[in-house]
Amino acid sequence: MSDTITKEQIFKPENIVYKKTDLMTDNVLSYCPGCGHGTTHRILMEVIDEMGLQSETIGIAPVGCSVLAYDFMNVDMQQAAHGRAPALATAIKRLLPNKTVFSYQGDGDLAAIGTAETIHACNRGENFTTIFINNGIYGMTGGQMAPTTLEGMKSSTSPYGREWHAMGHPLKMTELVARLPGTYYVTRQAVHTPAAVRKAKKAIRKAIELQQQKVGMTFVEVVSNCNSGWKMTPVNANKWMVENMFPFYPLGDIKVDGKLVKEV
Amino acid sequence: MGKELRLMKGNEAFAEAVIRAGADGYFGYPITPQSEVMEYLMAEKPHERTGMVVLQAESEVASINMLYGGAACGKKVLTSSSSPGISLMQEGISYLAGSELPCLIMDAMRGGPGLGTIQPGQADYFQLTKGGGHGDYNLIVIAPSSVQEMYDYVEISFDLAFKYRNPVVVLTDGAIGQMMEKVYIGDQKPRLTEEEIREKYPWATLGKTPDRERNIITSLDLDPYRQERHNLHLQKKFKEIEENEVRYEELNCEDADFIIVAYGTSARISQKAMDIGREKGLKIGIFRPITLWPFPKKEIRALSEKVKGILTVEMSAGQMVEDVRLHASEKIPVEHYGRMGGVIPTPNEIVEVIENLFVKG
Repeated sequence: MSDTITKEQIFKPENIVYKKTDLMTDNVLSYCPGCGHGTTHRILMEVIDEMGLQSETIGIAPVGCSVLAYDFMNVDMQQAAHGRAPALATAIKRLLPNKTVFSYQGDGDLAAIGTAETIHACNRGENFTTIFINNGIYGMTGGQMAPTTLEGMKSSTSPYGREWHAMGHPLKMTELVARLPGTYYVTRQAVHTPAAVRKAKKAIRKAIELQQQKVGMTFVEVVSNCNSGWKMTPVNANKWMVENMFPFYPLGDIKVDGKLVKEV
Repeated sequence: MGKELRLMKGNEAFAEAVIRAGADGYFGYPITPQSEVMEYLMAEKPHERTGMVVLQAESEVASINMLYGGAACGKKVLTSSSSPGISLMQEGISYLAGSELPCLIMDAMRGGPGLGTIQPGQADYFQLTKGGGHGDYNLIVIAPSSVQEMYDYVEISFDLAFKYRNPVVVLTDGAIGQMMEKVYIGDQKPRLTEEEIREKYPWATLGKTPDRERNIITSLDLDPYRQERHNLHLQKKFKEIEENEVRYEELNCEDADFIIVAYGTSARISQKAMDIGREKGLKIGIFRPITLWPFPKKEIRALSEKVKGILTVEMSAGQMVEDVRLHASEKIPVEHYGRMGGVIPTPNEIVEVIENLFVKG
């Protein structure tokens, strides 16, 4: 009797401890190694899978690094013009109120060019879920300053650091939408540690569950790193994020059950 | 033609036709001279009549992108606006064309450029028949010239939009939108159910079922050869539309010496000019393109070989005249007469222009 186990034995369902959800395709992710997009994609798709909602889900990809989200998420997807995902999602949800609809947007898309669409969709209390990836930079176009870029933070269009007299203040979009009566659940999460990933997944699950109840906008910000845009190693980028991004963009729920739980 | 007769504004007839065509959603933003469309729809409570959604968006930019979201689900969606609003929508229209999404866009043109005026104009011809947004694409552009046609072309436009998976524009102007005429109303068509949409439009994003791959609606393809193939596919489709969907009307063209080419309000006024001219012994005929794109090229060519001169009448500095000149015989003069800034030409002015250009000259 051998004490090594065979492949077949390992593959037995009772031995499986982790399996990639079928709602992620086998396409190789286009994101930089260490980027938070991949993890956020996965936990979002796990939630849709665990809730059995694949056949009822329509997702919106933005313009930005996640423009190709539809290559990786195995659900029906639409690709929106820059910043317009909330307008698409609004129409889909109005025309098909029982579907599960999410928009997946970065900070340039959601907090700069799409500010009007974001605020008005939130204010109307549209019943879809916004997943907002905030890494403080335009990753796709090569690391330019974003509306969320921290003061003093360097980018290719603020090479000496963001200086608010000339370049404006970083915009806390999540706090802003939390103040609107149309938002029901607003939270800020991260995916840089296993504990944070578990929390973020729970938040996404809660948002999608609330969407079924048609209570208004559910809004999940994920503060993420951009190691290539920030010009750091993934490890250093996460460290920098914890030390610099989190103090300005503190993690945790901002609005629960339609009530602010944090001063904004 | 329907049985029920009503007295309606062009904008109202359009709105009633939309409900009766079984539209699923209207998304718009107020702008003169077409705000009656959304006002009429809101007052009619189409949600109670047919289940149709009507939503006032925060901007024209949002409303055209709402069309994108709805159209990508195979829903019959539309918006209406006027010239400055249409300029704002051009990005979204380019995305709709690139992603091959059917939808209806009504433009009640006013004078420009810029904020221009709220009075009628016809200076959006270029921005709608030549693309307008970025990239190589065409829109099917239909120009009604009566309140009845404002009603009738709604259903036809939706059919064309879905037949070719392409946006269709009903291009009218402030005068037709605001004027009242009698109009025959047709029967109520049912809206499609989700099952019917899944069957008729298998590309629609209604949720991935186990029997098919996920549906993706996008205009993006970063592979240049695939993107070129997509463009070639679009061009093939546009050629097919040019071959099959040309519509026009001819009035007294058989014995005409002079032809007025005009659409919309200008065509209505030109009819009166034709009558006045004929009383004076001028054999005037009217050629009215109903589809501005596809443009009736062959018909213009054939007609130009039989007549002594062509005059286009437009409420612009001369936009459609470029297409007429491109296709008419070089042997005859093709001239333009236009008023701008919201000024509507009078029939007598037009007759005088014809006399001066073609008779006295």
